[in-house]
Amino acid sequence: MTKVSMTVNGRAVSAEAEGRTLLVNYLREGLGLTGTHVGCDTSQCGACVVHVDGQAVKSCTVFAQDVAGADVRTIEGMANADGSLSTLQQAFQDHHGLQCGYCTPGMVMSSAALLAENPKPTEAEVRYHLEGNICRCTGYHNIVKAVLAASGQDVTKIAAE
Amino acid sequence: MPKDGGIGASTKRREDVRFLTGKGRYTDDINIRGQLHAHFIRSQVAHGTIRKIDTRDAEAMPGVVKVFTSADFAGVGGIPTGWQVTSRDGSVMLEPKHPVLAEGKVRHVGDPIAVVVAETLDQARDAAEAVEIDIDELPAVMDMKAAVQGGPLVHDEIGSNLCYDWGFVEENRAAVDEAFKKAAHVTTLDLVNNRLIANPMEPRVAVGDYEDHSGQHTLYTTSQNPHVIRLLMGAFVLSIPEHKLRVVAPDVGGGFGSKIYHYAEEAFVTKAAQILKRPVKWTSSRSEAFISDAQGRDHQTRIQLALDADNNFMALRCETYANMGAYLSTFAPCIPTWLHGTLLAGNYKTPLVYTNVKAVFTNTVPVDAYRGAGRPEATFQLERVIDKAARELGVSPVELRRKNFIKPDQYPYQTPVAVVYDTGNYDATLDKLLELSDYAGFEARAAESKARGKLRGFGLAHYIEACGIAPSNLVGQLGARAGLYESATVRVNATGSITVFTGSHSHGQGHETTFAQVISDMIGIDASQVEIVHGDTSNTPMGMGTYGSRSLAVGGSAMVKATNKIINKAKKIAAHLMEASEADIELKDGKFTVAGTDKEKTWVDITLAAYVPHNYPLESIEPGLEETAFYDPSNFTYPAGAYGCELEVDPETGKVEILAFTAADDFGNVVNPMIVEGQVHGGLAQGIGQAMLEHCVFDENGQLLSGSFMDYAMPRADDVPFYSVDHSCATPCTHNPLGVKGCGEAGAIGSPPAVVNAVLDALHRGGFTNVTHIDMPVSPSRVWQAMHG
Repeated sequence: MTKVSMTVNGRAVSAEAEGRTLLVNYLREGLGLTGTHVGCDTSQCGACVVHVDGQAVKSCTVFAQDVAGADVRTIEGMANADGSLSTLQQAFQDHHGLQCGYCTPGMVMSSAALLAENPKPTEAEVRYHLEGNICRCTGYHNIVKAVLAASGQDVTKIAAE
Repeated sequence: MPKDGGIGASTKRREDVRFLTGKGRYTDDINIRGQLHAHFIRSQVAHGTIRKIDTRDAEAMPGVVKVFTSADFAGVGGIPTGWQVTSRDGSVMLEPKHPVLAEGKVRHVGDPIAVVVAETLDQARDAAEAVEIDIDELPAVMDMKAAVQGGPLVHDEIGSNLCYDWGFVEENRAAVDEAFKKAAHVTTLDLVNNRLIANPMEPRVAVGDYEDHSGQHTLYTTSQNPHVIRLLMGAFVLSIPEHKLRVVAPDVGGGFGSKIYHYAEEAFVTKAAQILKRPVKWTSSRSEAFISDAQGRDHQTRIQLALDADNNFMALRCETYANMGAYLSTFAPCIPTWLHGTLLAGNYKTPLVYTNVKAVFTNTVPVDAYRGAGRPEATFQLERVIDKAARELGVSPVELRRKNFIKPDQYPYQTPVAVVYDTGNYDATLDKLLELSDYAGFEARAAESKARGKLRGFGLAHYIEACGIAPSNLVGQLGARAGLYESATVRVNATGSITVFTGSHSHGQGHETTFAQVISDMIGIDASQVEIVHGDTSNTPMGMGTYGSRSLAVGGSAMVKATNKIINKAKKIAAHLMEASEADIELKDGKFTVAGTDKEKTWVDITLAAYVPHNYPLESIEPGLEETAFYDPSNFTYPAGAYGCELEVDPETGKVEILAFTAADDFGNVVNPMIVEGQVHGGLAQGIGQAMLEHCVFDENGQLLSGSFMDYAMPRADDVPFYSVDHSCATPCTHNPLGVKGCGEAGAIGSPPAVVNAVLDALHRGGFTNVTHIDMPVSPSRVWQAMHG
C-alpha cells in the first residue's frame, strides 16, 4: 500500500492504494465518491467514465498509481459552483435522459467530453461518441436528445417531445 | 389542481437531481463498519459430481475469516419457487431442490460451490485461488428435446428433465384439432425465441447485517420487491420471522425482471453475517452476472394458424419447449404458461386456441421473467404466423389483421384463453400507426431504396399484454403461492405535507415523481408537499413490488384508495369545524368548502385539527390522519398497440439498418407522458436488441460463449434510431380508479415481430420469396444465409 495523491474535483486528495487498485476503486472506496459506477469488468459499459486531465477515461481501466498527480473530475464535480445543475445535467433532466440513473454519471462525463471537443455535434456524432456507454433503460432516444439540446440545438422536431 | 404537477403533466423527475450529481444511494454504495467481503467460487463446468472441496490452505491465507461450503448450510432450506404448475395428466410439476451452495453436484456454469469471506475483497479473491475443488465432469444436457428424450439427468433424484407438460385450454384440444381438419388454409411456422440476458446496468449486490443482542437481521439488496424477498428467504430458506428480518432495496439500477427473484447470494450474506457476527457484502461482477442472474425467453415453438375460406382465423395451435435452466427460479414456471398461453388470442377473435408447453431442465443458467415475460414470446409467434399466412394467401398483412380484430363494440371480450379484455380499440391504434409511419408513402420510399441497391421493408405487429398482475383469488387457482395485491400507507403530517409509503418499488420508473403527481391532483396541494417512500420493509406495508407493468395499476390504486380514506376523514373534520353536514363538504384545490355557502377551510386547517384536536369530534373519530389500503385488482389490465418498423437490407452483406420505428400504444390514462414515452423507448431498444443483436449462446458442453459485453451484443446508441411514439388512442381501464393500464413492457413485446416481419418483407420485395422465416437475432450472417445460403 502506498499513498496516492491527486486533485479530484478541484481538491487535493490522497488515499492508500495498492499497485492493482483501479482508479474507480480509489475514487469509490478510497475517497467515498460513489457517484462513479462499475457496470462491467471488460471496459465496455462506460458507467465509470471520469475526466483525467480533461480527457474522458474509463476509470476501471486505469490504475490509481498511474494517474498520481493528475487532475481528475467526477460526476460529483459537474454541477455549477452554486450547486445548481450544469447546462448538460439540466438537459438530461429536462429531456428525461435517465431512468435508473446507474449509467448516468458515465453518460454525463462522456457527453461533456464530446461537447468540449465538438460544441455542435450532429445526431450521428453523438450516437457514435456514446458507443462506449451502455444504457439499458432509455433506448438512448432522450440521452441523444439531451446532449443535442445541451449543445444549444433545437430538438423540438425530434419525435415524442 | 396544480397544472404543472398533477395527473397528465410531464413533470420533471425529482429523482434526477441526485442521480445527475452522483448522490444516488445504490446497494454497492453501502458500506457498514466492520464489514467483510464475500467472493463466490462458481462451477466452471456445466455438470459434474463434486468429489472434494479442500479449503484449508485458503483459510490460512491473510485476511480470510472463513470459507463456506454447502456443509455450512445443511440446516437451511432450498431457494423456493413461487408458482406451481400442474401438468396435463394432473400431476404437479417436478420441483428439485435449489440449494444455496451446490450439494454433491454442480448443474450449470456459475453454480456457486464455495464462498470465501475475508477482510478485503482482494484477499477473498486471492484466497479463492487456493480452494481446491475436485469435480468429475458429467455430460451436459443442453438441447431441450434431447433432454426429455433420455438425455443425462440434471437432477437425478426427480428421474426426469421434464418439469411439466402443460396443456391450455386442455378441454379445447380436440376441438382445435377438429378445426384444423376443416380449415381452408393452415400456416405452420417453427421458430426459436432466443435466450436473452437482462443486464440491468447495476450488477446485483447483497449486504447482510446482524445484531447479536436483538437477533435482528438486515439485508440490503438490489431487488424489485423487498417484501417478497423477506417472505421467501425468511419463511422458506433461513427460518427468520418477518419481525426479525428487514430487507432494504435502496436505489436500484434497473431490473427488467432479473431482480424480482430471490437469489442464493442474498440468503448467503444474511446467514454468514449471523454466523460471523459481522456484516458481509457481496458485489457481483458483470462476468458473474452473466452466469448467475436469471435469464429470459428461450422457447422453441411450432405455431399453427387455421383459416377458413374467407380468411377468418378459426384456430391457433402452439407447441412450445421452454427452457427452465438447471433450477426453478422464483417465477419461472408461470412464465411460459399463464403469462404466455393466456395471451395467444392476441388482438383477434380466434375462437379456439390450444397451447402445449413442455418445460425442461438443462445444464444452463436458470430462466425466468425478462421484460414482458411470456407475452413477448406469445406476441412474436402470433404476429409472425399471421404475417406468414398473409403472404401465403396473397393478402395484405394489414387487412388480414384488421379483418380478425376484436371490434370496439365487443367489450368486455371473453377470450377462449380464460382472460376477459375489459376495453380496447385495435383499429384505432392500427390507423394511428399507419398514419404516423406514413404507410401510404412506403412504396415510393421502397422504390427509392431499390434505386440505391437496397431492399426496403415494412413490418407490422400488433400486441396485447396482460398487466397489473393480478387478482389474488384467480392467480391462487392458477398455482401462485402468493397474493398479488399492492399496498400503500398515506401519512398526512400535522402541517399538511404527506408521506406515502408504497409497496411498489422504483428502479428507474420514476414513482417518486408520478405517485406524488397523483396525490397532488387528488388533494389539490403542490406535488412538492408529497414524499414517496419505497424499498424498506421496516417502514412500508407488505407489498408485492414492481414488475409486469403493475405499479401504477395496482400500487397506484392502493394509494388512491388510501387517499380516498384520508379525504373522507378530512371531510368529517371539516364538517365539524364548519358546523355543516358532511355530505355538503367539497374538496377542491386544497380547500374544503360547504356547498351553497362561503365557508371555507384550508387543507392545513384540517390537518392541524387532526393532530391538535382541541376542537374535534373525539367521540366519533380518532385524531390523526393516516390510512393504509390494500388493493387487489378485479382483473388484469390490457395495454395494446400497433408497431411498425421500416428498414433496409443490404443484399450484398445481409446488414439490416432500421430507418424508422413507430409505436402507437393504448395505455389508457397516462399520469406523466414524458415518463411513459421514456418507458416505451427503453422497451423498444430491448425488443430491437432481441431482434437484431442479443443472443445468449452456450456451447455443447454448457460453456457460455456470450459471457461479457464483448460477446453479448447490447444495443448501443448507434444501433437504434429516434423512435416515434404515440399514446393518444386511449381506452381507459374500466376497473381501476386511475383508468391506467401499464406501459413498462410494451416496447419489448411489440417490437421483435415488427423487426423480423420487416426483414422478411424486404427480402420478398427483393425477390427472395423462398425465405419464410429468420430466427432472431437477424444478424447479417443469418440474413445473408437466408438469401444466398
